Amino acid sequence: MSQAAPRPRDITTVPPAPGHLRMLARQSDYHWTRLRRTWKGSVVTAILNPLLYVAAMGLVLGSYIDAAGSGPPGAASYLHFIAAGLLAGQAMTIAIGDATYPIYGAITWDKTFWSMVATPLRVVDIVTAALAAILLRVALSCAIFMLTLAPFGLYANLPGALLAFGVQLLLGWAFAALVCAYSVWTPSEAGFSIIFRVVLVPLYLFSGAFFPISNLGPVLERLAMFSPLWHAIELTRALMLGTPLAPGAALLHVGVLLGLGVLGWWLSVRLLSRRLLS
Amino acid sequence: MAERAAAEQAAVVMMAWHLVARHVRVYRRLPFVFLTGFLEPVFFLFSIGIGVGAMIPGFEVGGTLIPYATYVAPAMLATSAMNGAVMDSTFNIFHRLKYAKLYDALLATPMTTADVAVGEVTWSLIRGGIYATGFLGLMAAMGLVHSPLALLALPACLLIGLAVGGVGMWLTTYMRSWQDFEFITLALMPMTLFSGTFFPILGFPAPLRWLIEFTPLYRGVVLCRELTTGMPTVASGYSVIYLVALGVMGVLFARHRFDVLLRH
Repeated sequence: MSQAAPRPRDITTVPPAPGHLRMLARQSDYHWTRLRRTWKGSVVTAILNPLLYVAAMGLVLGSYIDAAGSGPPGAASYLHFIAAGLLAGQAMTIAIGDATYPIYGAITWDKTFWSMVATPLRVVDIVTAALAAILLRVALSCAIFMLTLAPFGLYANLPGALLAFGVQLLLGWAFAALVCAYSVWTPSEAGFSIIFRVVLVPLYLFSGAFFPISNLGPVLERLAMFSPLWHAIELTRALMLGTPLAPGAALLHVGVLLGLGVLGWWLSVRLLSRRLLS
Repeated sequence: MAERAAAEQAAVVMMAWHLVARHVRVYRRLPFVFLTGFLEPVFFLFSIGIGVGAMIPGFEVGGTLIPYATYVAPAMLATSAMNGAVMDSTFNIFHRLKYAKLYDALLATPMTTADVAVGEVTWSLIRGGIYATGFLGLMAAMGLVHSPLALLALPACLLIGLAVGGVGMWLTTYMRSWQDFEFITLALMPMTLFSGTFFPILGFPAPLRWLIEFTPLYRGVVLCRELTTGMPTVASGYSVIYLVALGVMGVLFARHRFDVLLRH
């Protein structure tokens, strides 16, 4: 019996799965193709929308505010004040928009995530790649917006402007991850119009983008401080205009955004696992 | 002859109500979606009207300086009437036309394309009317209404809804895919920002001013503002004629296009 029959390969032990980075790289062509096919529609809005807001609110309405001398303290003009708010508002809008219907559709309508999870890809890889793709769009449109604003002389210095760009990525990640968790969880798309009307719009309007939140009165001012967008706008404004920011406050702002981003990402992975694997 | 025409017209109205009843039934299952439609102008009023308004002394209307919130509130009323009508007449109708195939089903009944056009506009006006009533009530409670003429702002909002909704419905019949809706956003954004909503357009160069004065939203904003501040001028008369004409044209064209698209 020297020649034992070759044992059938043990099919219960699976070869070790590739690392997370390689798994992300494997999805890059899919997300790249999607981006390439859809960027045209968003680039027009990405350039035109902020320009229209800058012109209407910053230049025209701002001229009345500056003439009255009642503008927000700490900014050279009203345009200087709202530029940071418009930028962060745009980052948030794109992140939320991309994390709603596209994510929900990938589970419910075209079932892309179901096919993905049938490959060696793990849920954590799928979620991370989807969020990274959203972040790429946020980065693209924020870069365009920041370049469009450059001729107005709104940046105190280059390092500050680059850091402000980084804040948009942090903000985009936080909102994309949180909303992605909702989109993975929700049983119906009816809730999305509520997200836009009850979350996005009030956050944009009451997070200090258009006026200092102290104008809201002490109670609502406290409430506005819970808005992640407010934290991002405070950071962005200080970095863009070169105004000093207490290290404690800066740490708090970054910590809130980072924490929400990690929480949303973790929730998304948990909820998507429950949806796809159980 | 006249009797028959009258009977036909009555039939149109009666049938169109079935479509309205269908929409009422659908939205009764989505009360939150319906109610949140009321919130947007309220948020804008508190944010821009009051938050930003704290930094602006106000603007002159008819020779009187009025506080900024009083200036912005009627504009928000008109803008939300426009936005609501656009949403109803474009996105929702496109979905029903292309995906839900609702109208194909309707036309298999005794209903006609005129029922579809009239029914959709009626529903849009009912919905817009409910939102406008709520917002006008809020304005009155906040002391932003200065004349009993403000009651006429409700029919004014319905006129805006008719004009924008009619044209929107007509244009929707030409849409090929959701990508085409970018054009709607492209038209709405500048109108919302520059139609005398947040600031007067007096400082603009003349040709630009004429262009703005010819948009439906500007006409609606002027009409609502003159009514809630109680200072109507001849501009309100022009606005009414303009909005009625635009609305009737839109509904007729839309009906014709439904004929082309749905009666194979």
